[in-house]
Amino acid sequence: MSVWRNLPLKAKIGAVVFGVFLLIAIFGPIFQPYDPGFAPPDATLSLNHPSAKHLLGTTQLGQDVLSQLLTGIRLTVILALAVGAIATVLSVLVGVTAAFLGGVWDDVLSLITNVFLVVPALPLLIVLLGYLSTEGQLSTIIVLAGLGWPWGARVIRAQTLTIRNRDFIAASRESGEKTWRIIIFEIIPNEISLIVANFVNTVLYAIGASVALAFVGIANLESFSLGTILYWAQDNNALQGGAWWWWIPPGLAVALIGTALVLLNSGIDEVGNPRLRASRGSAKIAGRRVWTTDPTPVLAQLTASRGRVGAFLHSFSRSSLLDETPAGGELR
Amino acid sequence: MSPILEISDLSVVYRTPGGDVRAVERVNLELNPGEVVGLCGESGSGKSTLAYGATRLLRPPALVTGGSVRYSGRRITSGGAPVDLLTMNHHELRRMRWREIAIVFQSAMNALNPVLRIHAQLLDAVQAHLKLPRAEAHEKVAELLDLVGIPRNRLRSYPHELSGGMRQRVMIAMALATDPEVVIMDEPTTALDVVVQRDILAQIVELKERLGFAIMFITHDLSLLLELADRIAVMYAGRLLETGAAQDLMRDPAHPYTRGLLNSFPSLHGARRELAGIPGSPPDLRDPRPGCPFMPRCGFAVPACSAVDMALEPWNAAQGGTTQLLDSAHLTACPIVTPEVSQEGVLS
Amino acid sequence: MSFLLRRLAFYLVAAWVAITLNFFIPRAVPGNPVAIILAKFPGLSPEAYKALGQVIGGTLDKGSLWSQYVTYLGHVFSFNFGTDLAQFPTPVSQILGAAIPYTLILVGVATAIAFVLGTVLGILAGWRHGGWLDRALPVLMFFQAAPYFFIALILVYFLAVQHQWLPPGQGFDASTGVVQGWNWAFISNAVQHALLPAFTIVLTSVAGWMLQMRNVMITTIGEDYVVAAQAKGLSRSRIIYTYAARNAFLPQLQAFGLAIGFVVSGALVMEIVFSYPGIGYNLVQAVQNKDFPLMQAIFLVITFAVLVANLVVDAIIVFFDPRARAREAA
Repeated sequence: MSVWRNLPLKAKIGAVVFGVFLLIAIFGPIFQPYDPGFAPPDATLSLNHPSAKHLLGTTQLGQDVLSQLLTGIRLTVILALAVGAIATVLSVLVGVTAAFLGGVWDDVLSLITNVFLVVPALPLLIVLLGYLSTEGQLSTIIVLAGLGWPWGARVIRAQTLTIRNRDFIAASRESGEKTWRIIIFEIIPNEISLIVANFVNTVLYAIGASVALAFVGIANLESFSLGTILYWAQDNNALQGGAWWWWIPPGLAVALIGTALVLLNSGIDEVGNPRLRASRGSAKIAGRRVWTTDPTPVLAQLTASRGRVGAFLHSFSRSSLLDETPAGGELR
Repeated sequence: MSPILEISDLSVVYRTPGGDVRAVERVNLELNPGEVVGLCGESGSGKSTLAYGATRLLRPPALVTGGSVRYSGRRITSGGAPVDLLTMNHHELRRMRWREIAIVFQSAMNALNPVLRIHAQLLDAVQAHLKLPRAEAHEKVAELLDLVGIPRNRLRSYPHELSGGMRQRVMIAMALATDPEVVIMDEPTTALDVVVQRDILAQIVELKERLGFAIMFITHDLSLLLELADRIAVMYAGRLLETGAAQDLMRDPAHPYTRGLLNSFPSLHGARRELAGIPGSPPDLRDPRPGCPFMPRCGFAVPACSAVDMALEPWNAAQGGTTQLLDSAHLTACPIVTPEVSQEGVLS
Repeated sequence: MSFLLRRLAFYLVAAWVAITLNFFIPRAVPGNPVAIILAKFPGLSPEAYKALGQVIGGTLDKGSLWSQYVTYLGHVFSFNFGTDLAQFPTPVSQILGAAIPYTLILVGVATAIAFVLGTVLGILAGWRHGGWLDRALPVLMFFQAAPYFFIALILVYFLAVQHQWLPPGQGFDASTGVVQGWNWAFISNAVQHALLPAFTIVLTSVAGWMLQMRNVMITTIGEDYVVAAQAKGLSRSRIIYTYAARNAFLPQLQAFGLAIGFVVSGALVMEIVFSYPGIGYNLVQAVQNKDFPLMQAIFLVITFAVLVANLVVDAIIVFFDPRARAREAA
């Protein structure tokens, strides 16, 4: 697909890494060697170092960390994807409606969006979850989605406003096309990259928030999401006790998933907004690094200062195709 | 008299992943002291690229691929050989910039720092090169505003507090801050309304007479150049098509493109006639065809046009041409159209 | 109406929403907060019940919803947050009073350092010295994406557990016998305990500010007035600072304003990792203890602080941007 080809390298790396975690989330627990919650009565199995029987060691209660990790990845990723989906739908609904309807609707929706943006999310999440029961994941999903849509709504509203004023939308309206059809078939396709970027962002936020909440103990502590694993590790002094295998793998997993999403997102941003691609501090011209603030480079000077070895090495690079024949008289 | 700025065989490309965009292709242009040379062409013709490329202000992915830009100002050369801007390093360029060659940018609102007061920006230009004592520098800045007719109480204003015309005048004052030999004006009046345009242009002419600098005036408006410029150079698709004295061009346009341009605006005098534009659009500069770039849109085109080498040759004015200034050759890149070809549609 | 007045009105609306949310949440959730409290704290006195009722309503409070609301509003404006449950009969405001200074100092100082350091690095990275940055970008992104408390755990592990260079937690070391208050022994002890949390906050947030400022700088350098400044032959430092950075700083400030909520949230979790006795730590304790009055009060305090900080940032933006000043005066 041309979309894939156009993504910069870092985005592809991010997508692949996240894809790996997604596969683990779907298929991982099938392969887990033990039941993650199974606590053997044998006390000698407590806090074991990684071994052949337990590839990532055991917890305080003798539970297998690897099994917990696989289950944790599944729970956390699925939860984050669910939150991302719901919140993105809400963002698009609110953003497009506010921009398209305009007038008092826009004012009201924008006010609500801005208020939810400025009120700090995590304390509110903590209070909400403090009152709600924390039996299943559902309350977490609802609460996270309920507070995760304002950011995207703002961005989508801004984009929709610019699109709305363009001529082809006016043309559609003039020809009598129904509003909802315009929204679905003309506006949204033009915002796809923005919506996808928004989705990725929200998933990132959901992972961060859910892990943070679980870590401080505001979640269903009986389940084994990555955050709760960390909570139990912290609670049992895994840190001070030196049981690195308990808290480093889940933490690393969260970090990697997060990094993958950030990389993927920056790539999507560049595809959707080509100007960003040019927004690097420097460029490579004729094999040399040129800063935006340097005087305009002159080809003869660039090649002259390279020297014969440099010129030889440079001839292997793709950009050498574009050089004029240098003074050395090499034929191409 | 030797030219103060001599651009020879200059080529500038934009190096993109899809290939080189040849924005300027082997252009020769001279600027004599105290002269006004008009650089005319439509958007994308390369006229701004030429000016900014010559002064090396273009940002990557721009690349100068050939030619030389020789400057002969006495302050730098002390009567010796001219210096080539293309061989200078960053420090030498910095000394030359503004002091010798100043630029009046197209949009003053964008070219002025929004968070600095006017006097601070003028002071920057002065002190970067002159290093005057404080009181003198402040007085000089105030005098600059006097020069362009702006009241001194505007010194403490921010750019957004001035009108469009005033901002452009500030830009001009700033350009003249260090008494340059050459001033490049990039469409300085395009964004202004006609009345203000008139005033600014009159001001520019008056300042030029007084201070004696040369002007490279870039615009798409040929009618303006016909009144303002001594010589005019017509650019298209990165190449020069025609150069000559303003009157010569007006009376005997040699290149079909120039004729087309002259036909594109009405005259206040003379008989009414139908306005003809130039059908078609400029070519893709990434893949330049051999020969004349104007060929697809040219009413006089013949197959031989695709083999033209685009060198500027004197137009044969001996037959049927009207008077021309003797030391200003009328050059054209089109070998097809000669004075024998009927001249229709020229301004009467 | 002037810009700042309009912002103030907006923040007042947001504050009102927060207060109202606080009022309705305990009364609207499924389940019965009152029953939970009765189960956990069976020995409460009638006065405690009454105070509790004003906070969470339910069967404890008589009177219509509206009258409860009005009473509640009145309490909030007089800073009467009720009585704490876990440490009965300490008033909530007293607990808050003890915790707030810790948080203010830690979060305030650490965030300021991170912002300033990140911005300065971003300026340098955006201009010319960013070659190393482009290569280090993936590492920086990792720091940005990794959960900050995870980085904190690693730092604690290496600096406090393995090598014992810094204390691993708490606000100060009570075992050494220091007394809280404005005495040097206590202050130096407290500072020592704040070093690791502060360092962690700075480390995990610097990358974000630097990347943000660098991107804004690159955009600003593309503006015409920077090209004009170069054409004028100005010195490099003049162009970087007075032409590029002065202008790039404005969007950076706006980004800071938007991020205040996140910054505070992050700092809260950081307090947990270090058992640092600030309001974040107290908030989580309150949740685990079902100590609703304290929970609600802390939420309000945090929200108000964020709103005030936002207003301050707005004022600073007006101060730095002459165009905003013009709009402000209009």
